[in-house]
Amino acid sequence: MTHAEVLIVGAGPAGIAAATAAARTSRSVLLLDDNHAPGGQIWRTDSLAPNPRDRHRDAALTSLQQSGAQLLFNTRVCDAPAPGILTTLSGEAITHIEYDKLILATGARERLLPFPGWTLPGVSGAGGLQALTKGGFPIAGKRVVVAGTGPLLIAVAAHLAAAHANIVCVAEQATLTQMAAFASAIASSPAKIWQGIKFRAQLRGAPYHTSTWPIAALGDTHLTSVRLTDGSRTWEEPCDYLACGFHLVPNTELASLLGCTFNGDFVAVDVLQRTSIGNIYCAGEPVAIGGLDAALIQGEIAGLAATDQLQQAQALHQRHATSLQRFVTRLEAAFRLRPELLTLAHPEDIVCRCEDVRFEQLVPYTSWTAAKLQTRCGMGPCQGRICGPATQSLFGWKPTSVRAPLSPVPVSAFIQFDLRTPTAPQEIP
Amino acid sequence: MPTPDAITVAVNGQPLQVARGTTAAAAFALASAPCRLSTTGDPRSGVCGMGICFECRAIVDGVRHVRTCQLPCYDGMKLETQQ
Repeated sequence: MTHAEVLIVGAGPAGIAAATAAARTSRSVLLLDDNHAPGGQIWRTDSLAPNPRDRHRDAALTSLQQSGAQLLFNTRVCDAPAPGILTTLSGEAITHIEYDKLILATGARERLLPFPGWTLPGVSGAGGLQALTKGGFPIAGKRVVVAGTGPLLIAVAAHLAAAHANIVCVAEQATLTQMAAFASAIASSPAKIWQGIKFRAQLRGAPYHTSTWPIAALGDTHLTSVRLTDGSRTWEEPCDYLACGFHLVPNTELASLLGCTFNGDFVAVDVLQRTSIGNIYCAGEPVAIGGLDAALIQGEIAGLAATDQLQQAQALHQRHATSLQRFVTRLEAAFRLRPELLTLAHPEDIVCRCEDVRFEQLVPYTSWTAAKLQTRCGMGPCQGRICGPATQSLFGWKPTSVRAPLSPVPVSAFIQFDLRTPTAPQEIP
Repeated sequence: MPTPDAITVAVNGQPLQVARGTTAAAAFALASAPCRLSTTGDPRSGVCGMGICFECRAIVDGVRHVRTCQLPCYDGMKLETQQ
């Protein structure tokens, strides 16, 4: 069985910062991720185009490489069968990894809300289209509407514009007042305002509408246009792609499976990023949607704390906690969902994409569990990761207990390995 | 003429040349083919781009339910829309 003194799940900014800080102490540090390269979503590299230089990313990746941390990619956690042990899946091979300290840096995903046509090919998350483009899909010349809410919209639009997409418009559901308050608030942070100015310049004249949201995606077998509204006027924008996400929701399934205490939707941590379980830490978006700066600082605090560098960890916390918390609050206030977004789905529209469960099928139920049992909503391979946050927004349902395996495991892997016998682990060659 | 960095995959039996590093999900998009048909037969393609939504799952070299957004293409890869 593989053993790591410090095991870190998730190689985005928080995980990278944690691994780097922890590995400097010469302890054995293992950083694993289900992608094939480090960086998470925000620092995902472009597989074809030359990547624009990013001082923060380049510095973080260089530090990680020099730190001595071991990296393990294409590997996802599927179970936590006993304290101090995670079960991982890589291809069809299941392995147990033993840890002394565990740092969860599992990031966030986009909140996706159902509306007519949202299942059409050509409609994806905002980060989803960015990832497809970075994965080699040539977006040049394609007409793209970027819609939804959150700072990700501008970043995605800027990236796609740089790749010569024709950005038809950016439709941000937040009001101009909310956005202006957010923009003036982040002006106090030089790095952030610099990013904002750069992104606006990179939109190359594409209209940026506030108080505007999509009400329908139109097309037969592929998207052909998007219907937008500002609440009084409704119009159609012909386009090839709709990149649409409604801010972020935390990836907390592993923390939940491990039994960590939650504070609302987020993993509860102390000033040293410790969860309710003594040897398990958590950093980045699962703790609060706070962006890149928070992820880097919290990751470093967790890495320091997990390796007994408590003074440095505490000092980092004291220096940054107030400003990070203020940013979290401002994000929440700026990108709160307007109530109109919760009435977009028509009765016949699909809510659970895995099982094709329609809105009208869910209406009779009063809880996530009842809806699951009666309609199969949330029972498909994504295990409710997309429709769970949607039904939480639409119906106020709270997702219930998370169960192993955290993502589907091929039967062939099960046959080779008994998930529930960590006392007699076997390495699968 | 194939460029040195180009590889050939098949999407639903049709050969497609893609640059090395292209994900299988991008190959489906390049071929204008859906990754899967939903339980009621609707065409679907990747949504989240990060291995969470499972909408990009397809048949890769005969293996079903493979998430194509996290999978780089290799020469000779056979991609099929999953029904």
